[in-house]
Amino acid sequence: MNADRINTIEPRAPEISWFEATARQRLRWFVDAGTFEEFLGPTAREMSPHLSDFNLPEAFDDGMIVGRAKLDSEPVLIAAQEGQFMGGAFGEVHGAKLTGLLRGARDAKGPNVVVLFDTGGVRLQEANAGELAIAEIMRALLEAREVGVKVVGLIGGRSGCFGGGSLIAASCSALAISEQGRIGISGPEVIETNRGVEEFDSKDRALVWRTMGGKHRRLLGGAELFVGASIQDFRDAARSLLAHAQALSLGVLKAEQARLEERLERFGSCADGLDVWKALGAKDPAAIPGMAADAFIHLAETIRSPRYDAR
Amino acid sequence: METLSYRHTAARRAAGSKAMAIVGVVTSGNLEVMVERCLPDLECQVDIATSAEGFGDLWGAVVADLVERHSPGGLKFSINDGGARPDTVSLRLAQAARLIEEDSL
Repeated sequence: MNADRINTIEPRAPEISWFEATARQRLRWFVDAGTFEEFLGPTAREMSPHLSDFNLPEAFDDGMIVGRAKLDSEPVLIAAQEGQFMGGAFGEVHGAKLTGLLRGARDAKGPNVVVLFDTGGVRLQEANAGELAIAEIMRALLEAREVGVKVVGLIGGRSGCFGGGSLIAASCSALAISEQGRIGISGPEVIETNRGVEEFDSKDRALVWRTMGGKHRRLLGGAELFVGASIQDFRDAARSLLAHAQALSLGVLKAEQARLEERLERFGSCADGLDVWKALGAKDPAAIPGMAADAFIHLAETIRSPRYDAR
Repeated sequence: METLSYRHTAARRAAGSKAMAIVGVVTSGNLEVMVERCLPDLECQVDIATSAEGFGDLWGAVVADLVERHSPGGLKFSINDGGARPDTVSLRLAQAARLIEEDSL
């Protein structure tokens, strides 16, 4: 084979499911082949100092992988949460790795950062350290954005993006989410436990998805892009978001405030996701949950084009 | 939690030149295996931290099987286990032994 020909073929992640993949598998296919360089990798054995107190197994990377890589030949800093280990929850080490990555981006004024979220929130076994980590990460993220770094979040893992993780996601420059992705402060079971089954039935999967799921978050404006289920889809979305997201400024913050006020005014009285979709002008709201990704993306572009001037 | 450690002499050095590989996730019924090329050519070590206590004999048998089948000379395996069954452990050990021998990944 001819070397020039090989170089002109754009590398494409095979049709591997983002949802099914582990954090390391996602990273491997998400970045340009062979470009990932991990910071504080598993051989450093920087593990949780708290889990052993609870007789719980540790992970060599504490469920957080951070490093640098190239995306379309452009350098990026990248973080990926392993949603299967402790539900992807933030503990002391897990959080500190992301804080460090974002502070590094802030101090060096780049490169841009991509965060592969997959988290239930703060780890209950190290809750104080985890809550502090969330606050430190949000501060570092906003400071990085202030010096012009774009921070893009991707959501489509089995643990979703909940609790403190959703606060970090809301601080990002832009988000992409898949059908399986969910964003919420409190997860379904937490709401049901605290407010009763009449308030929220966590066993009603359709209700959960039309309240927290990817399609609803996209239509409500909580995520800029809706993406298909493969790693390649997320890769394409990240490239698009990095190209379109705005730097943080007073103007962007004011636009975000206006966007949220308008959202509350338009949809504040809606009792269900279906009501929101109807108010947006969807002709057949009940058909939205069953729509294929391509059809939904087209519908979303028509009734709710993404805004990059706010956040 | 229980920690176990096994040392074996392997028939030959594991192929390839990669320094480390990692496979699997620590979750219920699953485990992560990290393998590092850091021992003399014919030595093999397996360190285990497991949440399921009292299965030392079973671990010993699975590890002996790994050494016999894959001859992982020069490799140190470190395991964080979330209570995986022996067949899952065998699979992950085999995956780890194979991954570190592949130079392209």
